[in-house]
Amino acid sequence: MGKYLHVFLIGIQNTLVYRVNFLFRAAAGLIPLSGTLYLWKAVYAGKTDGADVAGYALSQMISYYLIVTLVDAFTAVAEDDWQIAADIKDGHISQFLVRPISYLAYRFSLYLSGRAIYTVVALIPVGLFLFFLREHLSLPASPFTFFAFTLSVVLAGLLQFIIACMMALLAFWVLDVSTFIFIQFAFEYIASGHLFPLDILPRWLEQIILLTPYPYLLYFPVAVWLGRVEGDDLTRGLLIQGAWVVVGYLLLQWIWGRGIRRYSAVGG
Amino acid sequence: MPSWWRRYPALFVALWRYSITREMQFKTNFILWIIVEGLWFALQIGFMSVVYSHTEAIAGWSRWQVILLVGCSHFIQQIFTAFFLTNLSDISEHIRTGRLDFMLLLPVNTRFLISFRKVDLGAFINAASAVGVIIWALRNLGHVPRPTEILGFLLLSGAGLAIHYSLMFLLASVAFFTVRAQGIVWGYYNLFNLARIPEGAFPPGIYRRVFTFVLPMILVSNVPSQVLLGTLHSPFNAFVLTALSLVTFLISEAVWRFCLRRYSSASA
Repeated sequence: MGKYLHVFLIGIQNTLVYRVNFLFRAAAGLIPLSGTLYLWKAVYAGKTDGADVAGYALSQMISYYLIVTLVDAFTAVAEDDWQIAADIKDGHISQFLVRPISYLAYRFSLYLSGRAIYTVVALIPVGLFLFFLREHLSLPASPFTFFAFTLSVVLAGLLQFIIACMMALLAFWVLDVSTFIFIQFAFEYIASGHLFPLDILPRWLEQIILLTPYPYLLYFPVAVWLGRVEGDDLTRGLLIQGAWVVVGYLLLQWIWGRGIRRYSAVGG
Repeated sequence: MPSWWRRYPALFVALWRYSITREMQFKTNFILWIIVEGLWFALQIGFMSVVYSHTEAIAGWSRWQVILLVGCSHFIQQIFTAFFLTNLSDISEHIRTGRLDFMLLLPVNTRFLISFRKVDLGAFINAASAVGVIIWALRNLGHVPRPTEILGFLLLSGAGLAIHYSLMFLLASVAFFTVRAQGIVWGYYNLFNLARIPEGAFPPGIYRRVFTFVLPMILVSNVPSQVLLGTLHSPFNAFVLTALSLVTFLISEAVWRFCLRRYSSASA
């Protein structure tokens, strides 16, 4: 465990170099967000007598996007998938195979350090943005809701890391993984609820999407925060989320095992 | 009598031929990238369709008018990608690796060479799909644009393209001062998201003024779309768009010359 803590600390130091980059990225990401919020405001302005959209009042809709931004800052992979793919392609993983350290655990430590720095840096622009829109921001109804939200963000982070790893491990089989990562990301972008809350979709489509792991990356934690998932639904949701993490982890280990057998350390 | 009017087109053709040859080496990748872009385009149309399943009009824009706007925005973005995106994001690399010195010595205009070095052929196919969506939307609206409207659309799209080009070139020039300018160039990509939101959604205020007169994202695809739809009521916005395309170009040229004058090579 100590060695991974060490990796984490080194990761913190290395990532600090990118702090300006992170700041810029977090701030730039607010531009499309502001556009989306203006679009929704115009939608609600066009509605008569304060009607809502699929049970979302304007404030809740805005809160939804704000919490998505927050969860995304906590969990999104930054460069991890590209770096893993590059490590495989350039043969850098060889050194891990001969040492008593697990490459994936090593990457996970780096992911954690990257997220820690990113969250702290992103807190400046995102915090200002949230403050600016504070009248629309709804807070968790109770400490318990907040606890459940935190738990589901942790699970979402694990799931996010596992999915990113799986895509990166494609590098064992194909030369250029970037297109696959982007295609996967397009699906993730819509099915995780990044673009809009999933329950404004037609019911059948929402049900199909809920069968995939994607909603548990963003939509579910955000729904927990907003109090749209409660009681038994909340317990069941967390269990499903946990189950996806376990399934994902096992699948990742299996893919890693297969990949390693194929790996021939080109140029390593 | 300078022979530049014959030399530059010939140079342009040579650069094209080189780009085609290079891209055809990676045919699968070429097709995969078209799929990636197509997916993201479908995602934007899907988003607007979902929003319009809950409303009739956004700031006076009907469903098909907005789909046309999304198509128009994608059209301009893809033409931009085809000609400039890679070239402009490469600038920081030219500076970092010292390749710029070599290019400065060539007997051509360096800005021309940098701007037109590579052509992204796949983007033309994506631009064609955007034109398809525009025609599809027009058919659903039952609107047949007059030849003058089509001409106006093309000219104003050109102005929008010029603005994107100049602004990104301006940002890329930052690479003269800091090595990590690539992130800034990609940050610009976030601005494209504002271009596909109907202009009426932005309330009067500082935000609207900044994105109309400084970074005219609210105009770049809204104005051409309105011309095509025959809904542009006052020519003021068209005038602003055209004027800004000239102003941004002149500013970017001035900054470029200033940077070159104080440039002292990478290896020195």
